[in-house]
Amino acid sequence: MTDMTLSHQPSPEAVKARAVLLGRSRWGIAEIAFWVIAAACYFLLPTKLSLLSEIAILGLLALSIDLVLGYAGIVTLGQGAFFGIGAYAAGLAAKHGAGAGPWSDPLIGLFIGGGFAALIGFLTSFLVLRGSDLTRLMVTLGVALIVDEIVNQAKWLTGGSDGLQGVLPSPVLGIWDFDLFGRTAFIYSMSVLFVLFVIARAIVKSPFGLSLQAIKGNPLRTRAIGMPVNGRLVAIYTIGSFYAGVAGALAAQTTQFASPDYVAFHRSADALLMLVFGGAGHLYGGLLGSIIFRTMQDVLGNITPQYWQFWLGATLVGLVLFVRGGILGLLAGLRDRATRNGGAK
Amino acid sequence: MLTILLDGIAYGMLLFILAVGLCVTLGLMNFINLAHGAFAMAGGYLTITLMQQAGVPFLVCLPAAFIFAAVLGLLLERTLYRHLYDKTHLDQVLFSIGLVFMAMAMVDYAYGANQQIVNLPEYLTGRINFLGASIGVYRLFVIVICSLLVIGLQLVLTQTRFGSRLRAAVDDGRVARGMGIDVTRIFAITFAVGSGLAGLGGALGTGIISFDPTFPLKYMIYFLIVISVGGTTTITGPFLAAILLGVADVAGKYYVPAVGGFIIYTIMVLVLILRPQGLFARGPAR
Repeated sequence: MTDMTLSHQPSPEAVKARAVLLGRSRWGIAEIAFWVIAAACYFLLPTKLSLLSEIAILGLLALSIDLVLGYAGIVTLGQGAFFGIGAYAAGLAAKHGAGAGPWSDPLIGLFIGGGFAALIGFLTSFLVLRGSDLTRLMVTLGVALIVDEIVNQAKWLTGGSDGLQGVLPSPVLGIWDFDLFGRTAFIYSMSVLFVLFVIARAIVKSPFGLSLQAIKGNPLRTRAIGMPVNGRLVAIYTIGSFYAGVAGALAAQTTQFASPDYVAFHRSADALLMLVFGGAGHLYGGLLGSIIFRTMQDVLGNITPQYWQFWLGATLVGLVLFVRGGILGLLAGLRDRATRNGGAK
Repeated sequence: MLTILLDGIAYGMLLFILAVGLCVTLGLMNFINLAHGAFAMAGGYLTITLMQQAGVPFLVCLPAAFIFAAVLGLLLERTLYRHLYDKTHLDQVLFSIGLVFMAMAMVDYAYGANQQIVNLPEYLTGRINFLGASIGVYRLFVIVICSLLVIGLQLVLTQTRFGSRLRAAVDDGRVARGMGIDVTRIFAITFAVGSGLAGLGGALGTGIISFDPTFPLKYMIYFLIVISVGGTTTITGPFLAAILLGVADVAGKYYVPAVGGFIIYTIMVLVLILRPQGLFARGPAR
């Protein structure tokens, strides 16, 4: 009897839960402002468009790590592998399409890159289900090293250490060709980033996303309440790989080049650092981190490359020692303190 | 054939000396110190500087490198590392990567990005016949020194009071603490000795591996392989793993240069999946 009434009339708890879930997924003013400013950069910084599209791509890569690490708690040092797979898959497709056929269509290229990366991500996701943080770290690193090794050795396919030359994507949607000033590249990367960001936002705010955060909090208890932990982890790892693959495909298409540098260890490490700069577990952490990271790199790297690396390391050490949760974590902490003080008065 | 085997053993022993400190750090404090290679680099560059600039004899450089890296390790442990023992593995990884970046930048700034080559003393160059195979004198020297060190470490670990305390602390730190063993102090000493050994390994390595500022990143993965395959509970496990890795790496580069690295990484991933506690470790991982 009670079951019947429940199914017809949602309990007050269910109504409350629904309201909480919907409230979490509402767009805030700051969020809208962020994207308006991002779009306005096209007019505000017309000379920096290629840098900006690079930031968008790195932001997408950092977002992919955020999904895997920030939300599901899988420590990974190998996200660069999927970035590289995506870049090479899309690059090879564009190369063999030779700027005309359907294969070199950029949007199809994105799906090829993302799809390949997701496939490899799905297959290797079973390796990261077991074990401690250290094991996961080393397994993901190992997978990245194997991919790196394949890219370097399979010269007939990838061009080896010279990189993949002759990547010629056809115009976006058959209309906008990639120009020298990076206008198309910027709008294209930004649009892809925005679309994927909205999807990621929907994913993490959905019950599925909440279950991931529960797994991150305590896998044992989450399993005990009947959550298919392994299935969820496989799913998010595959999604994360897809995102990284799309980022790689974007990089290959906009720079018309793919090199083993894309799969190298420092690519994974850099992207992880961006996420940590910005704040893991916040959707905007990766985006904010990539903006700061790339701007810092541009400014400090212009003085001398070594300075940049030194300050990067120093910032990292400082972040870990003094600031938990990156910039967004810091802001959230301050806001919490402010509201608590306000409540006390 | 035998030459390759001996070269591989020399290389493997060197890897063991470089990595053994990391095994203890990981086993004792459950701390992932990716910056371990930076200590080895410190030892290596100190040797290069002392020999090229000051003309210090090579054999004096070896203990100097040990002491330098040990002091450096002790200082960093007391000031920075100890704040991170109770943090998450991710924080530890990021922290130590940050240290690696700083170390690389500093070395790059001071010495430039070029590979450094050291002129070994006359009596350590050349090749001799050993059991019918030709082997470099220097490699033989490395094998002898490292064997002595391994025997010494094993003796300290099994025969002395400090060794049994250390083993107790690694096996179960909380109980060891409860028994009145000063785990923090043991750890500081072990960290310093481990860093010192890495420095010594770096100094010894100047004759075999080339040094440039990317050294800590390049060899980090080798250290991690030694540990993951060897486990952290014994000293013989990492030792066997290091020898195996050394031989496999040298032989792989010689016979199948195209897929050598590929095989090593694949083996590492497989071992991690099938035996997370290490190939030679007994009992389940803690």
